[in-house]
Amino acid sequence: MIGKLLMRDLQMLLPGGRRGGTMLPLLFFVAVAVLYPFAVGPDAPLLAQTGGGVIWIAALLAAILPLDRLIAPDLELGVFDQLALRGVSEEMVVAIRVLAHWLSFAPLLLIATLPAAALLGLEGDTVRLVLLGLLAGTPGLAAIGVMIAALTAGLRGGAALSGLMLIPLAVPILIFGAGSLARADTSGIAYAGAFSLLLIAIAPFAGGAAIRAAREG
Amino acid sequence: MLFRGLNLEMQGGGALHITGTNGIGKTSLMRILAGLLNPFEGSTAHTGTLAMVDEKAALDPQLALGNALKFWASMDGHEDIAASCGAMGIADLLDVPIRFLSTGQRKRAAFARMLNQNAQIWLLDEPLNGLDDDGVAKIEGLIAAHCGSGGICIAASHQSINLPDAKTLALGDYTA
Repeated sequence: MIGKLLMRDLQMLLPGGRRGGTMLPLLFFVAVAVLYPFAVGPDAPLLAQTGGGVIWIAALLAAILPLDRLIAPDLELGVFDQLALRGVSEEMVVAIRVLAHWLSFAPLLLIATLPAAALLGLEGDTVRLVLLGLLAGTPGLAAIGVMIAALTAGLRGGAALSGLMLIPLAVPILIFGAGSLARADTSGIAYAGAFSLLLIAIAPFAGGAAIRAAREG
Repeated sequence: MLFRGLNLEMQGGGALHITGTNGIGKTSLMRILAGLLNPFEGSTAHTGTLAMVDEKAALDPQLALGNALKFWASMDGHEDIAASCGAMGIADLLDVPIRFLSTGQRKRAAFARMLNQNAQIWLLDEPLNGLDDDGVAKIEGLIAAHCGSGGICIAASHQSINLPDAKTLALGDYTA
C-alpha cells in the first residue's frame, strides 16, 4: 500500500508528471545562477565568495514553486476522503508525500548545482560544502513545503501565502546550511541536518491535522 | 447546528433513503457516518467495510479512466476492474482521460470505483446526480442486488430513488 501511494505521488510530482510537474523549479534555479553574475558584475573573487549563498537562496525559492500542487488538488478531488475510508491515516499520506516531494526536486537540484557552481566559479571545496549542505537541508525544505501546502490547501490564494510562510520556517536551515560556507567546515551542515530531521518528524502530524481541519471547513 | 436527536440503527440487507431539502445537512450526516466529520455530540459505530460515493469522484483528471480505477482497485487489493466497468456501462471508455468524461460518466466511474471495493456498507450522497435514465436504473438495480446479498445501503438524495423495502428518514423532522 505504501509503495502504491509513493508510486502515485511520484508519477504526479516528478518533472513531466501528470500534475504539470515540469522542469520549472530546476530551470528557475539555474536561471538565478545565470543572472547573478550579470547583476553583480564579473568580479571572480566576489562571485566565488558569494556564489554558495546564492545557490542556497535559489534552491530555497525553487522549492516554493511546486507547493500549490502538493496537497490542494487531492483535497479537492476527494482522494484523502477515499483513503480515510480505506483506513489510511492522513499522517501516513503526508509522510509518503514528503518523501515523494523530496525525490521529485532534490536529486535534480543537486545535479543542477554543478553547472550553477561552474557558472559562479566556485572552488571544489565550496562546491562540496554546498552539495553536502543541500543534501542535509533539502529534506527539511520538503517537510516544510508539504506541511505548509496542507495548512493552506483549504484557503483562497493559498499558493501565494504558502511561499510567504515557507521563508521564515526555512531560515534555520539556511543559516546553518549556508553558514557552513563562511566557516568552511561541516558543523553547520550537521545542524541543518538536525533541523531537517526535526521537521520530517513533525511534518506528518502537522500536515495530517491540517488535512483533517481542511475537511471540517 | 443542522440536526439533533437523530437515532439510527441498520442491519444487514437494509436500505435507507435520507431525504430533505437543499442545505438541511444530508451531506454532513453522510460524512459523519463515513467518519470524515465529527458530530458536535453523539457517536457512530459500524462493523464491516465502508464505501462512499459523493460529488468528488477521487479520480485523477489527467489519468485514463482504466488507470485511475486500477489505482483504487490495487489499493483495495486486486487488479480486476472489468466486471465493475461492465456493470456501469463504461467498459468502452477505459482509455479516455477522466477530464474528458461527462458528469454522468464520471458518476458511473465513481460507482465502478466503489464496486471494486467490495464493501459491505454503501454510503451514497446524491447518487443519481447527473445520471441518465439508464444510469439511474443501473444504480437502483445494483443497490437492490447489494441489499439482497446482505449489504447495507444508505442513500441521501432529494430525488426519489426506487429502493426495495427502503426505510425513509426525513432529515427535516430533526432540524435543530
